[in-house]
Amino acid sequence: MEVDRESSNDFLSNLSQELFMIRETGVREEGERLIELQIGPAHPGSGHMRILAWVDGDIVVRCDPDIGFVHRTIEKLSENRAYIKTIPLVERPSLLDTTPMTIGYVNAVEKLMGIEAPPRAKYLRTILAEITRIASHFYGIGILAIFLGHSTGFMWAFGDREVMIELATMLTGARITYAYVIPGGVRRDMPQNFPDQVEKGLRYIERRLKDWEKLFLNNPVVERRLRDIGVLKPVMARRLGITGPNLRASGVDYDVRMAEPYEAYDEIDFMIPVAEEGDAYARGLVRFKEIEQSISIIRQAIKKIPDGDIISPQISRLFNPLMKKIYAETRRVKFPSLLATLKPPKGEAMARVEAGRGEALFHIISDGSTNPYRFRFVTPSFRNVILFKYLIPGHRLADIPAIYGSIDYFPPEADR
Amino acid sequence: MSSQTSPQSTQMKKEDPDLKRFLEILNERTKDLNPKISIDKYGRAIYIEISNEKLHELAERLSKLGIDHVKSVTGVDYPSENKIELLIHAGSYLRTLRKYTVIIKSFLDRSSPKTRSLTDVWPSAEFQEREAWEMFGIYFEGHPDLRRLLLPEDFEGMWPMRKDFMIKTRRPGEVEGPWK
Repeated sequence: MEVDRESSNDFLSNLSQELFMIRETGVREEGERLIELQIGPAHPGSGHMRILAWVDGDIVVRCDPDIGFVHRTIEKLSENRAYIKTIPLVERPSLLDTTPMTIGYVNAVEKLMGIEAPPRAKYLRTILAEITRIASHFYGIGILAIFLGHSTGFMWAFGDREVMIELATMLTGARITYAYVIPGGVRRDMPQNFPDQVEKGLRYIERRLKDWEKLFLNNPVVERRLRDIGVLKPVMARRLGITGPNLRASGVDYDVRMAEPYEAYDEIDFMIPVAEEGDAYARGLVRFKEIEQSISIIRQAIKKIPDGDIISPQISRLFNPLMKKIYAETRRVKFPSLLATLKPPKGEAMARVEAGRGEALFHIISDGSTNPYRFRFVTPSFRNVILFKYLIPGHRLADIPAIYGSIDYFPPEADR
Repeated sequence: MSSQTSPQSTQMKKEDPDLKRFLEILNERTKDLNPKISIDKYGRAIYIEISNEKLHELAERLSKLGIDHVKSVTGVDYPSENKIELLIHAGSYLRTLRKYTVIIKSFLDRSSPKTRSLTDVWPSAEFQEREAWEMFGIYFEGHPDLRRLLLPEDFEGMWPMRKDFMIKTRRPGEVEGPWK
Protein backbone atom coordinates (compact mmCIF):
# COMPACT_ATOMS: atom_id res chain seq x y z
CA MET A 1 0.00 0.00 0.00
CA GLU A 2 2.77 2.32 1.02
CA VAL A 3 4.59 1.74 -2.24
CA ASP A 4 1.51 2.23 -4.30
CA ARG A 5 0.77 5.60 -2.80
CA GLU A 6 4.33 6.71 -3.31
CA SER A 7 4.32 5.79 -6.96
CA SER A 8 1.01 7.52 -7.56
CA ASN A 9 2.40 10.64 -5.90
CA ASP A 10 5.36 10.42 -8.18
CA PHE A 11 3.11 10.07 -11.15
CA LEU A 12 1.11 13.15 -10.22
CA SER A 13 4.14 15.27 -9.53
CA ASN A 14 5.75 14.14 -12.76
CA LEU A 15 2.61 14.98 -14.66
CA SER A 16 2.26 18.43 -13.15
CA GLN A 17 5.91 19.12 -13.82
CA GLU A 18 5.51 18.07 -17.44
CA LEU A 19 2.41 20.19 -17.88
CA PHE A 20 4.28 23.12 -16.35
CA MET A 21 7.10 22.63 -18.82
CA ILE A 22 4.70 22.60 -21.76
CA ARG A 23 3.03 25.77 -20.56
CA GLU A 24 6.18 27.66 -19.78
CA THR A 25 8.61 26.68 -22.48
CA GLY A 26 6.63 24.75 -25.01
CA VAL A 27 8.91 21.74 -24.69
CA ARG A 28 7.18 18.51 -25.58
CA GLU A 29 8.31 15.04 -24.80
CA GLU A 30 9.17 14.35 -28.44
CA GLY A 31 11.58 17.25 -28.34
CA GLU A 32 9.34 19.28 -30.62
CA ARG A 33 8.98 22.93 -29.67
CA LEU A 34 5.47 24.22 -30.11
CA ILE A 35 4.38 27.68 -29.12
CA GLU A 36 0.75 28.68 -29.18
CA LEU A 37 0.14 32.05 -30.76
CA GLN A 38 -3.10 33.97 -30.56
CA ILE A 39 -3.53 36.26 -33.50
CA GLY A 40 -6.43 38.62 -32.92
CA PRO A 41 -9.26 39.25 -32.15
CA ALA A 42 -8.24 42.92 -32.23
CA HIS A 43 -8.97 44.28 -35.66
CA PRO A 44 -5.79 45.22 -37.57
CA GLY A 45 -4.58 42.16 -39.33
CA SER A 46 -7.06 39.72 -37.95
CA GLY A 47 -10.43 41.41 -37.99
CA HIS A 48 -13.02 40.23 -35.49
CA MET A 49 -11.60 36.75 -35.42
CA ARG A 50 -8.87 34.90 -33.64
CA ILE A 51 -6.44 32.62 -35.34
CA LEU A 52 -4.83 30.15 -32.97
CA ALA A 53 -1.56 29.05 -34.49
CA TRP A 54 0.86 26.52 -33.05
CA VAL A 55 4.30 27.28 -34.41
CA ASP A 56 7.48 25.26 -34.45
CA GLY A 57 10.13 27.92 -34.87
CA ASP A 58 8.75 29.94 -37.74
CA ILE A 59 6.61 27.19 -39.27
CA VAL A 60 2.93 26.90 -38.46
CA VAL A 61 2.18 23.32 -37.47
CA ARG A 62 -1.49 23.61 -36.63
CA CYS A 63 -4.01 26.36 -37.10
CA ASP A 64 -7.47 26.75 -35.66
CA PRO A 65 -9.74 29.63 -36.62
CA ASP A 66 -11.83 30.85 -33.70
CA ILE A 67 -14.77 32.70 -35.18
CA GLY A 68 -18.05 34.06 -33.87
CA PHE A 69 -16.93 37.37 -32.39
CA VAL A 70 -19.52 39.23 -34.48
CA HIS A 71 -22.18 36.54 -34.40
CA ARG A 72 -25.66 38.08 -34.54
CA THR A 73 -27.92 35.03 -35.01
CA ILE A 74 -29.59 36.40 -38.08
CA GLU A 75 -31.37 33.08 -38.55
CA LYS A 76 -32.98 33.33 -35.12
CA LEU A 77 -33.78 37.04 -35.43
CA SER A 78 -35.57 36.45 -38.72
CA GLU A 79 -37.89 33.96 -37.04
CA ASN A 80 -39.24 36.87 -34.98
CA ARG A 81 -39.61 39.29 -37.86
CA ALA A 82 -42.03 39.78 -40.73
CA TYR A 83 -40.77 38.64 -44.12
CA ILE A 84 -39.95 42.07 -45.50
CA LYS A 85 -38.15 43.13 -42.31
CA THR A 86 -35.57 40.43 -42.91
CA ILE A 87 -34.45 42.10 -46.15
CA PRO A 88 -32.32 44.76 -44.37
CA LEU A 89 -31.18 42.06 -41.96
CA VAL A 90 -29.61 39.78 -44.58
CA GLU A 91 -27.54 42.59 -45.99
CA ARG A 92 -25.93 43.38 -42.63
CA PRO A 93 -23.43 40.48 -42.58
CA SER A 94 -21.70 41.31 -45.83
CA LEU A 95 -21.73 45.06 -45.94
CA LEU A 96 -19.67 45.18 -49.09
CA ASP A 97 -21.87 43.21 -51.39
CA THR A 98 -25.30 43.61 -49.97
CA THR A 99 -27.33 43.27 -53.15
CA PRO A 100 -26.59 39.62 -53.98
CA MET A 101 -27.70 38.73 -50.46
CA THR A 102 -31.00 40.58 -50.78
CA ILE A 103 -31.51 39.09 -54.24
CA GLY A 104 -31.08 35.60 -52.81
CA TYR A 105 -33.47 36.17 -49.93
CA VAL A 106 -36.07 37.90 -52.07
CA ASN A 107 -35.83 35.17 -54.72
CA ALA A 108 -36.62 32.59 -52.08
CA VAL A 109 -39.60 34.64 -50.85
CA GLU A 110 -40.78 35.13 -54.44
CA LYS A 111 -40.55 31.41 -55.07
CA LEU A 112 -42.66 30.81 -51.97
CA MET A 113 -45.28 33.33 -53.09
CA GLY A 114 -45.17 32.32 -56.74
CA ILE A 115 -44.53 35.82 -58.05
CA GLU A 116 -41.80 37.09 -60.30
CA ALA A 117 -40.17 40.45 -60.90
CA PRO A 118 -40.74 42.14 -64.28
CA PRO A 119 -37.80 42.11 -66.73
CA ARG A 120 -36.76 45.71 -66.10
CA ALA A 121 -36.49 45.06 -62.36
CA LYS A 122 -34.40 41.97 -63.06
CA TYR A 123 -31.95 44.01 -65.11
CA LEU A 124 -31.76 46.71 -62.44
CA ARG A 125 -31.01 44.04 -59.84
CA THR A 126 -28.30 42.60 -62.06
CA ILE A 127 -26.70 46.00 -62.60
CA LEU A 128 -26.63 46.78 -58.89
CA ALA A 129 -25.34 43.31 -58.03
CA GLU A 130 -22.41 43.75 -60.42
CA ILE A 131 -21.70 47.26 -59.14
CA THR A 132 -21.44 45.88 -55.61
CA ARG A 133 -19.36 42.95 -56.86
CA ILE A 134 -16.75 45.38 -58.20
CA ALA A 135 -16.85 47.30 -54.92
CA SER A 136 -16.48 44.09 -52.94
CA HIS A 137 -13.53 42.89 -55.02
CA PHE A 138 -11.79 46.23 -54.60
CA TYR A 139 -12.29 45.96 -50.87
CA GLY A 140 -10.81 42.47 -50.89
CA ILE A 141 -7.83 43.59 -52.93
CA GLY A 142 -7.32 46.58 -50.64
CA ILE A 143 -7.28 44.35 -47.57
CA LEU A 144 -4.86 41.97 -49.27
CA ALA A 145 -2.60 44.93 -50.08
CA ILE A 146 -2.56 46.31 -46.54
CA PHE A 147 -1.90 42.83 -45.15
CA LEU A 148 1.23 42.78 -47.28
CA GLY A 149 2.18 46.22 -46.00
CA HIS A 150 1.30 47.77 -49.33
CA SER A 151 -0.56 50.83 -48.08
CA THR A 152 -0.81 52.50 -51.47
CA GLY A 153 -2.80 49.54 -52.75
CA PHE A 154 -5.11 49.87 -49.77
CA MET A 155 -5.74 53.57 -50.42
CA TRP A 156 -6.19 53.06 -54.15
CA ALA A 157 -8.65 50.21 -53.67
CA PHE A 158 -10.80 52.18 -51.27
CA GLY A 159 -10.66 55.19 -53.56
CA ASP A 160 -11.75 53.18 -56.59
CA ARG A 161 -14.44 51.44 -54.60
CA GLU A 162 -15.87 54.88 -53.84
CA VAL A 163 -16.74 55.35 -57.53
CA MET A 164 -18.90 52.25 -57.43
CA ILE A 165 -20.54 53.35 -54.20
CA GLU A 166 -21.40 56.70 -55.78
CA LEU A 167 -23.04 54.91 -58.71
CA ALA A 168 -25.03 52.73 -56.32
CA THR A 169 -26.06 55.86 -54.40
CA MET A 170 -27.42 57.38 -57.60
CA LEU A 171 -29.53 54.30 -58.20
CA THR A 172 -30.71 53.50 -54.68
CA GLY A 173 -30.26 56.57 -52.51
CA ALA A 174 -27.99 54.84 -49.99
CA ARG A 175 -24.26 54.20 -49.91
CA ILE A 176 -24.03 50.66 -48.64
CA THR A 177 -27.21 49.20 -47.20
CA TYR A 178 -29.61 49.64 -50.07
CA ALA A 179 -32.52 47.28 -49.32
CA TYR A 180 -33.22 47.97 -52.97
CA VAL A 181 -34.59 44.57 -53.87
CA ILE A 182 -38.11 43.88 -52.64
CA PRO A 183 -40.47 40.98 -53.36
CA GLY A 184 -41.83 41.52 -56.84
CA GLY A 185 -39.35 44.09 -58.04
CA VAL A 186 -37.12 46.95 -56.93
CA ARG A 187 -37.75 50.16 -55.01
CA ARG A 188 -36.73 52.77 -57.58
CA ASP A 189 -36.19 53.14 -61.26
CA MET A 190 -32.83 54.37 -62.48
CA PRO A 191 -32.42 58.13 -62.94
CA GLN A 192 -32.29 59.64 -66.45
CA ASN A 193 -28.55 60.32 -66.48
CA PHE A 194 -27.62 57.02 -64.86
CA PRO A 195 -26.34 55.26 -68.05
CA ASP A 196 -23.97 58.14 -68.79
CA GLN A 197 -22.67 58.22 -65.25
CA VAL A 198 -22.17 54.45 -65.26
CA GLU A 199 -20.22 54.65 -68.49
CA LYS A 200 -18.07 57.39 -67.00
CA GLY A 201 -17.43 55.33 -63.86
CA LEU A 202 -16.67 52.16 -65.79
CA ARG A 203 -14.20 53.97 -68.06
CA TYR A 204 -12.45 55.27 -64.98
CA ILE A 205 -12.24 51.77 -63.49
CA GLU A 206 -10.88 50.38 -66.76
CA ARG A 207 -8.22 53.05 -66.82
CA ARG A 208 -7.37 52.30 -63.22
CA LEU A 209 -7.07 48.56 -63.86
CA LYS A 210 -4.10 49.30 -66.11
CA ASP A 211 -2.50 51.26 -63.26
CA TRP A 212 -3.32 48.42 -60.89
CA GLU A 213 -1.43 46.05 -63.13
CA LYS A 214 1.67 48.20 -62.83
CA LEU A 215 1.32 48.93 -59.16
CA PHE A 216 0.15 45.59 -57.83
CA LEU A 217 0.02 42.64 -60.18
CA ASN A 218 3.43 43.18 -61.77
CA ASN A 219 5.00 44.42 -58.58
CA PRO A 220 7.96 42.12 -57.81
CA VAL A 221 7.47 42.45 -54.05
CA VAL A 222 3.82 41.48 -54.28
CA GLU A 223 4.69 38.56 -56.53
CA ARG A 224 7.35 37.32 -54.13
CA ARG A 225 4.91 37.50 -51.24
CA LEU A 226 2.04 35.76 -53.02
CA ARG A 227 3.38 33.32 -55.60
CA ASP A 228 3.36 29.66 -54.53
CA ILE A 229 1.94 30.63 -51.15
CA GLY A 230 -1.19 28.89 -49.86
CA VAL A 231 -1.57 26.59 -52.83
CA LEU A 232 -5.06 25.13 -52.90
CA LYS A 233 -5.18 22.07 -55.15
CA PRO A 234 -8.39 21.53 -57.15
CA VAL A 235 -9.07 18.20 -55.40
CA MET A 236 -8.72 19.83 -52.00
CA ALA A 237 -10.92 22.75 -53.02
CA ARG A 238 -13.64 20.33 -54.12
CA ARG A 239 -13.41 18.24 -50.98
CA LEU A 240 -13.50 21.22 -48.64
CA GLY A 241 -16.47 22.74 -50.47
CA ILE A 242 -14.71 26.02 -51.21
CA THR A 243 -16.63 28.61 -53.17
CA GLY A 244 -16.20 31.83 -55.10
CA PRO A 245 -13.00 33.31 -56.54
CA ASN A 246 -10.97 31.05 -54.22
CA LEU A 247 -12.42 28.02 -55.98
CA ARG A 248 -12.02 29.49 -59.44
CA ALA A 249 -8.38 30.31 -58.74
CA SER A 250 -7.91 26.57 -58.26
CA GLY A 251 -9.15 25.73 -61.72
CA VAL A 252 -12.81 24.86 -61.05
CA ASP A 253 -15.06 27.05 -63.21
CA TYR A 254 -18.05 26.94 -60.87
CA ASP A 255 -20.18 30.05 -60.72
CA VAL A 256 -23.86 30.14 -59.75
CA ARG A 257 -24.51 32.87 -62.28
CA MET A 258 -23.76 30.25 -64.95
CA ALA A 259 -24.80 27.08 -63.13
CA GLU A 260 -28.28 28.24 -62.18
CA PRO A 261 -28.86 31.65 -63.79
CA TYR A 262 -31.02 34.02 -61.80
CA GLU A 263 -32.24 37.53 -62.63
CA ALA A 264 -30.97 38.61 -66.06
CA TYR A 265 -27.75 36.59 -66.17
CA ASP A 266 -29.06 34.08 -68.71
CA GLU A 267 -29.54 36.89 -71.23
CA ILE A 268 -26.06 38.30 -70.78
CA ASP A 269 -22.86 37.07 -72.31
CA PHE A 270 -19.94 36.78 -69.92
CA MET A 271 -17.01 34.59 -69.03
CA ILE A 272 -15.87 32.98 -65.82
CA PRO A 273 -12.20 33.79 -65.19
CA VAL A 274 -10.29 30.76 -64.00
CA ALA A 275 -6.68 30.39 -62.88
CA GLU A 276 -4.89 27.07 -62.58
CA GLU A 277 -2.20 27.77 -60.00
CA GLY A 278 -4.39 27.95 -56.89
CA ASP A 279 -1.91 30.13 -54.98
CA ALA A 280 -2.51 33.45 -53.27
CA TYR A 281 -1.45 35.37 -56.37
CA ALA A 282 -3.97 33.51 -58.54
CA ARG A 283 -6.74 34.36 -56.08
CA GLY A 284 -5.88 38.05 -56.35
CA LEU A 285 -5.63 37.82 -60.13
CA VAL A 286 -9.03 36.15 -60.49
CA ARG A 287 -10.62 39.06 -58.62
CA PHE A 288 -9.12 41.55 -61.09
CA LYS A 289 -10.35 39.47 -64.03
CA GLU A 290 -13.81 39.32 -62.48
CA ILE A 291 -13.91 43.09 -62.21
CA GLU A 292 -13.33 43.19 -65.99
CA GLN A 293 -16.18 40.75 -66.53
CA SER A 294 -18.48 42.73 -64.23
CA ILE A 295 -17.75 45.87 -66.25
CA SER A 296 -18.81 44.03 -69.39
CA ILE A 297 -21.96 42.70 -67.70
CA ILE A 298 -23.00 46.19 -66.54
CA ARG A 299 -22.44 47.62 -70.05
CA GLN A 300 -24.54 44.90 -71.67
CA ALA A 301 -27.28 45.21 -69.07
CA ILE A 302 -27.47 48.99 -69.50
CA LYS A 303 -27.72 48.51 -73.27
CA LYS A 304 -30.28 45.72 -73.13
CA ILE A 305 -32.49 46.97 -70.31
CA PRO A 306 -36.14 46.81 -71.42
CA ASP A 307 -38.76 49.44 -70.66
CA GLY A 308 -41.69 48.69 -68.45
CA ASP A 309 -42.70 48.26 -64.87
CA ILE A 310 -40.25 47.84 -62.03
CA ILE A 311 -42.74 46.13 -59.75
CA SER A 312 -44.81 43.06 -60.37
CA PRO A 313 -48.51 43.73 -61.08
CA GLN A 314 -49.43 41.44 -58.19
CA ILE A 315 -47.86 43.97 -55.83
CA SER A 316 -48.78 47.17 -57.67
CA ARG A 317 -52.48 46.36 -57.72
CA LEU A 318 -52.41 46.67 -53.93
CA PHE A 319 -51.32 50.32 -54.21
CA ASN A 320 -53.64 52.98 -52.89
CA PRO A 321 -54.27 56.07 -55.09
CA LEU A 322 -51.47 58.09 -53.49
CA MET A 323 -48.95 55.29 -54.03
CA LYS A 324 -50.09 54.97 -57.62
CA LYS A 325 -49.57 58.70 -58.09
CA ILE A 326 -46.06 58.57 -56.60
CA TYR A 327 -45.20 55.54 -58.71
CA ALA A 328 -46.45 57.17 -61.91
CA GLU A 329 -44.70 60.49 -61.27
CA THR A 330 -41.37 59.51 -59.72
CA ARG A 331 -41.16 55.76 -60.41
CA ARG A 332 -40.68 55.02 -56.73
CA VAL A 333 -42.37 52.11 -55.06
CA LYS A 334 -44.03 52.66 -51.72
CA PHE A 335 -44.80 49.57 -49.70
CA PRO A 336 -48.46 48.61 -49.62
CA SER A 337 -49.38 47.93 -46.01
CA LEU A 338 -50.42 44.41 -46.90
CA LEU A 339 -46.78 43.56 -47.62
CA ALA A 340 -45.88 44.17 -43.99
CA THR A 341 -48.06 41.28 -42.95
CA LEU A 342 -47.17 39.17 -45.91
CA LYS A 343 -48.18 35.55 -45.44
CA PRO A 344 -46.64 33.24 -48.01
CA PRO A 345 -48.34 29.86 -48.32
CA LYS A 346 -47.04 26.88 -46.38
CA GLY A 347 -44.03 25.27 -47.97
CA GLU A 348 -40.37 25.78 -48.52
CA ALA A 349 -38.17 27.40 -51.09
CA MET A 350 -34.46 27.57 -51.75
CA ALA A 351 -32.45 30.11 -53.68
CA ARG A 352 -28.76 30.52 -54.24
CA VAL A 353 -26.77 33.39 -55.67
CA GLU A 354 -23.20 34.17 -56.51
CA ALA A 355 -22.15 36.92 -54.12
CA GLY A 356 -18.80 38.65 -54.41
CA ARG A 357 -17.06 36.06 -52.27
CA GLY A 358 -18.90 33.02 -53.58
CA GLU A 359 -22.10 31.08 -53.37
CA ALA A 360 -24.71 32.11 -50.82
CA LEU A 361 -27.60 29.82 -49.97
CA PHE A 362 -31.05 30.76 -48.69
CA HIS A 363 -33.64 28.28 -47.55
CA ILE A 364 -36.95 29.42 -46.11
CA ILE A 365 -39.47 27.15 -44.46
CA SER A 366 -42.86 28.80 -44.14
CA ASP A 367 -45.68 27.65 -41.88
CA GLY A 368 -48.13 30.11 -43.36
CA SER A 369 -47.66 32.80 -40.71
CA THR A 370 -46.18 36.29 -41.00
CA ASN A 371 -42.69 35.18 -39.92
CA PRO A 372 -40.49 32.53 -41.48
CA TYR A 373 -40.60 29.30 -39.47
CA ARG A 374 -36.97 28.66 -40.28
CA PHE A 375 -34.56 30.63 -42.40
CA ARG A 376 -31.24 29.03 -43.26
CA PHE A 377 -28.64 31.44 -44.51
CA VAL A 378 -25.19 30.25 -45.53
CA THR A 379 -22.68 32.85 -46.62
CA PRO A 380 -19.61 32.20 -48.77
CA SER A 381 -17.17 33.26 -46.04
CA PHE A 382 -18.65 30.68 -43.70
CA ARG A 383 -17.88 27.99 -46.23
CA ASN A 384 -14.38 29.33 -46.86
CA VAL A 385 -13.33 29.62 -43.21
CA ILE A 386 -12.31 25.94 -43.24
CA LEU A 387 -9.35 27.03 -45.40
CA PHE A 388 -7.64 28.52 -42.35
CA LYS A 389 -7.44 25.10 -40.81
CA TYR A 390 -6.19 23.24 -43.87
CA LEU A 391 -4.31 25.81 -45.92
CA ILE A 392 -2.09 27.58 -43.39
CA PRO A 393 -0.20 24.67 -41.73
CA GLY A 394 3.20 24.20 -43.30
CA HIS A 395 3.66 27.87 -44.09
CA ARG A 396 5.76 30.45 -42.34
CA LEU A 397 4.17 32.74 -39.80
CA ALA A 398 4.77 35.71 -42.10
CA ASP A 399 2.65 34.05 -44.77
CA ILE A 400 -0.49 34.04 -42.61
CA PRO A 401 -1.45 37.62 -43.59
CA ALA A 402 -0.85 36.86 -47.26
CA ILE A 403 -3.07 33.77 -47.14
CA TYR A 404 -5.73 35.47 -45.02
CA GLY A 405 -5.84 38.45 -47.37
CA SER A 406 -5.96 36.32 -50.48
CA ILE A 407 -8.93 34.30 -49.19
CA ASP A 408 -10.89 37.57 -48.86
CA TYR A 409 -12.43 36.28 -45.67
CA PHE A 410 -14.89 38.69 -44.09
CA PRO A 411 -15.64 37.79 -40.44
CA PRO A 412 -19.09 39.41 -40.07
CA GLU A 413 -20.20 37.56 -43.16
CA ALA A 414 -19.06 34.21 -41.82
CA ASP A 415 -20.51 34.76 -38.35
CA ARG A 416 -23.85 36.09 -39.60
CA MET B 1 -52.69 37.71 -51.22
CA SER B 2 -50.28 35.07 -52.32
CA SER B 3 -52.84 32.30 -52.48
CA GLN B 4 -54.59 33.60 -55.57
CA THR B 5 -51.40 34.31 -57.51
CA SER B 6 -49.84 31.56 -59.51
CA PRO B 7 -48.70 33.00 -62.82
CA GLN B 8 -46.92 30.96 -65.45
CA SER B 9 -43.51 32.01 -64.35
CA THR B 10 -40.59 31.97 -66.76
CA GLN B 11 -38.42 30.88 -63.86
CA MET B 12 -40.39 27.66 -63.91
CA LYS B 13 -38.48 25.37 -66.18
CA LYS B 14 -40.23 23.06 -68.57
CA GLU B 15 -38.97 19.60 -69.45
CA ASP B 16 -35.46 18.94 -68.24
CA PRO B 17 -34.18 15.64 -69.65
CA ASP B 18 -31.00 15.77 -67.54
CA LEU B 19 -33.02 15.98 -64.36
CA LYS B 20 -35.21 13.08 -65.44
CA ARG B 21 -32.17 10.95 -66.17
CA PHE B 22 -30.50 11.92 -62.91
CA LEU B 23 -33.63 11.07 -60.93
CA GLU B 24 -33.79 7.70 -62.67
CA ILE B 25 -30.20 6.91 -61.70
CA LEU B 26 -30.81 8.19 -58.19
CA ASN B 27 -33.89 6.03 -57.78
CA GLU B 28 -32.09 3.00 -59.11
CA ARG B 29 -29.03 3.36 -56.90
CA THR B 30 -30.89 4.10 -53.68
CA LYS B 31 -33.93 1.86 -54.07
CA ASP B 32 -33.05 -0.39 -51.12
CA LEU B 33 -32.76 2.59 -48.76
CA ASN B 34 -36.42 3.61 -49.32
CA PRO B 35 -35.85 7.33 -49.77
CA LYS B 36 -38.73 9.66 -50.55
CA ILE B 37 -37.54 11.67 -53.53
CA SER B 38 -39.32 14.74 -54.82
CA ILE B 39 -38.43 17.86 -56.78
CA ASP B 40 -39.62 21.42 -56.31
CA LYS B 41 -41.65 23.17 -58.97
CA TYR B 42 -38.62 24.99 -60.35
CA GLY B 43 -36.84 21.73 -61.04
CA ARG B 44 -33.62 22.72 -59.33
CA ALA B 45 -33.94 21.37 -55.81
CA ILE B 46 -34.14 17.63 -55.25
CA TYR B 47 -35.58 16.73 -51.85
CA ILE B 48 -34.67 13.37 -50.36
CA GLU B 49 -36.26 12.24 -47.14
CA ILE B 50 -34.58 9.30 -45.46
CA SER B 51 -34.48 7.55 -42.11
CA ASN B 52 -31.60 8.40 -39.85
CA GLU B 53 -29.97 4.94 -39.91
CA LYS B 54 -29.63 5.00 -43.68
CA LEU B 55 -28.44 8.59 -43.95
CA HIS B 56 -24.73 7.77 -44.00
CA GLU B 57 -25.18 5.09 -46.62
CA LEU B 58 -27.18 7.52 -48.77
CA ALA B 59 -24.43 10.12 -48.44
CA GLU B 60 -21.84 7.60 -49.59
CA ARG B 61 -23.88 6.65 -52.63
CA LEU B 62 -24.57 10.29 -53.49
CA SER B 63 -20.90 11.12 -53.28
CA LYS B 64 -20.18 8.26 -55.70
CA LEU B 65 -22.78 9.77 -58.03
CA GLY B 66 -20.86 13.05 -58.06
CA ILE B 67 -22.52 15.07 -55.31
CA ASP B 68 -19.16 16.12 -53.95
CA HIS B 69 -19.69 18.81 -51.35
CA VAL B 70 -21.99 20.01 -48.61
CA LYS B 71 -23.27 23.56 -48.67
CA SER B 72 -25.04 23.49 -45.34
CA VAL B 73 -25.83 21.18 -42.46
CA THR B 74 -28.43 22.44 -40.05
CA GLY B 75 -31.56 21.55 -38.15
CA VAL B 76 -35.19 22.55 -38.00
CA ASP B 77 -36.90 22.26 -34.66
CA TYR B 78 -40.43 20.86 -34.38
CA PRO B 79 -41.14 20.83 -30.62
CA SER B 80 -44.81 19.89 -30.98
CA GLU B 81 -43.86 16.65 -32.75
CA ASN B 82 -40.83 16.13 -30.52
CA LYS B 83 -38.61 15.97 -33.58
CA ILE B 84 -35.63 17.76 -35.01
CA GLU B 85 -35.20 17.68 -38.72
CA LEU B 86 -31.66 17.38 -39.98
CA LEU B 87 -31.46 19.49 -43.11
CA ILE B 88 -28.49 18.99 -45.42
CA HIS B 89 -27.86 20.86 -48.65
CA ALA B 90 -25.41 19.09 -50.91
CA GLY B 91 -24.24 19.96 -54.37
CA SER B 92 -21.74 19.19 -57.04
CA TYR B 93 -18.97 21.01 -58.86
CA LEU B 94 -19.41 18.77 -61.91
CA ARG B 95 -20.68 20.62 -64.97
CA THR B 96 -23.65 18.33 -65.53
CA LEU B 97 -24.85 18.36 -61.93
CA ARG B 98 -24.04 21.84 -60.69
CA LYS B 99 -27.46 23.25 -61.48
CA TYR B 100 -29.13 20.97 -58.93
CA THR B 101 -29.10 21.12 -55.16
CA VAL B 102 -29.79 17.95 -53.23
CA ILE B 103 -31.63 18.62 -49.99
CA ILE B 104 -31.53 15.68 -47.59
CA LYS B 105 -33.96 15.56 -44.68
CA SER B 106 -33.89 13.16 -41.82
CA PHE B 107 -35.88 13.26 -38.61
CA LEU B 108 -34.13 12.84 -35.28
CA ASP B 109 -35.47 12.36 -31.78
CA ARG B 110 -35.62 15.76 -30.10
CA SER B 111 -34.65 14.59 -26.61
CA SER B 112 -31.33 13.18 -27.81
CA PRO B 113 -30.69 14.05 -31.44
CA LYS B 114 -27.84 11.91 -32.61
CA THR B 115 -26.56 10.91 -36.00
CA ARG B 116 -23.44 9.62 -37.67
CA SER B 117 -21.09 12.34 -38.84
CA LEU B 118 -20.79 12.83 -42.59
CA THR B 119 -17.30 14.31 -42.40
CA ASP B 120 -15.74 11.08 -43.64
CA VAL B 121 -17.85 11.27 -46.82
CA TRP B 122 -17.91 15.05 -47.20
CA PRO B 123 -15.06 16.82 -45.38
CA SER B 124 -16.80 20.10 -46.19
CA ALA B 125 -19.36 19.24 -43.48
CA GLU B 126 -16.86 19.74 -40.67
CA PHE B 127 -17.62 23.32 -39.66
CA GLN B 128 -21.27 23.02 -40.64
CA GLU B 129 -21.73 20.12 -38.22
CA ARG B 130 -20.02 22.07 -35.47
CA GLU B 131 -22.58 24.83 -35.99
CA ALA B 132 -25.49 22.39 -35.97
CA TRP B 133 -24.14 20.90 -32.73
CA GLU B 134 -23.91 24.18 -30.83
CA MET B 135 -27.18 25.61 -32.19
CA PHE B 136 -29.44 22.54 -32.08
CA GLY B 137 -27.57 20.05 -29.94
CA ILE B 138 -27.38 17.49 -32.72
CA TYR B 139 -24.58 15.12 -31.76
CA PHE B 140 -22.50 13.87 -34.68
CA GLU B 141 -20.86 10.56 -33.88
CA GLY B 142 -17.40 10.23 -35.35
CA HIS B 143 -16.85 13.94 -35.92
CA PRO B 144 -13.13 14.65 -35.51
CA ASP B 145 -13.48 17.87 -33.54
CA LEU B 146 -16.99 18.57 -32.26
CA ARG B 147 -16.68 21.87 -30.37
CA ARG B 148 -18.50 25.16 -30.25
CA LEU B 149 -17.83 27.33 -33.27
CA LEU B 150 -19.71 30.61 -33.15
CA LEU B 151 -20.96 30.86 -29.58
CA PRO B 152 -18.68 32.30 -26.90
CA GLU B 153 -17.11 29.94 -24.36
CA ASP B 154 -19.10 31.44 -21.50
CA PHE B 155 -22.45 31.28 -23.26
CA GLU B 156 -25.17 30.06 -20.95
CA GLY B 157 -28.32 28.28 -21.98
CA MET B 158 -28.76 25.38 -24.27
CA TRP B 159 -29.27 25.14 -28.00
CA PRO B 160 -30.16 28.72 -28.96
CA MET B 161 -31.68 27.90 -32.33
CA ARG B 162 -34.33 25.62 -30.89
CA LYS B 163 -37.81 27.06 -30.71
CA ASP B 164 -38.04 26.99 -26.91
CA PHE B 165 -35.02 29.27 -26.52
CA MET B 166 -36.46 32.74 -26.01
CA ILE B 167 -34.67 35.88 -27.05
CA LYS B 168 -34.62 38.48 -24.29
CA THR B 169 -36.68 41.38 -25.53
CA ARG B 170 -36.72 44.96 -24.37
CA ARG B 171 -39.60 47.35 -24.46
CA PRO B 172 -38.86 50.60 -26.31
CA GLY B 173 -37.24 53.06 -23.94
CA GLU B 174 -36.31 50.42 -21.42
CA VAL B 175 -32.69 50.69 -20.38
CA GLU B 176 -30.58 47.83 -19.17
CA GLY B 177 -27.27 47.84 -17.42
CA PRO B 178 -25.43 49.93 -14.83
CA TRP B 179 -26.68 53.27 -16.20
CA LYS B 180 -30.27 52.38 -15.32
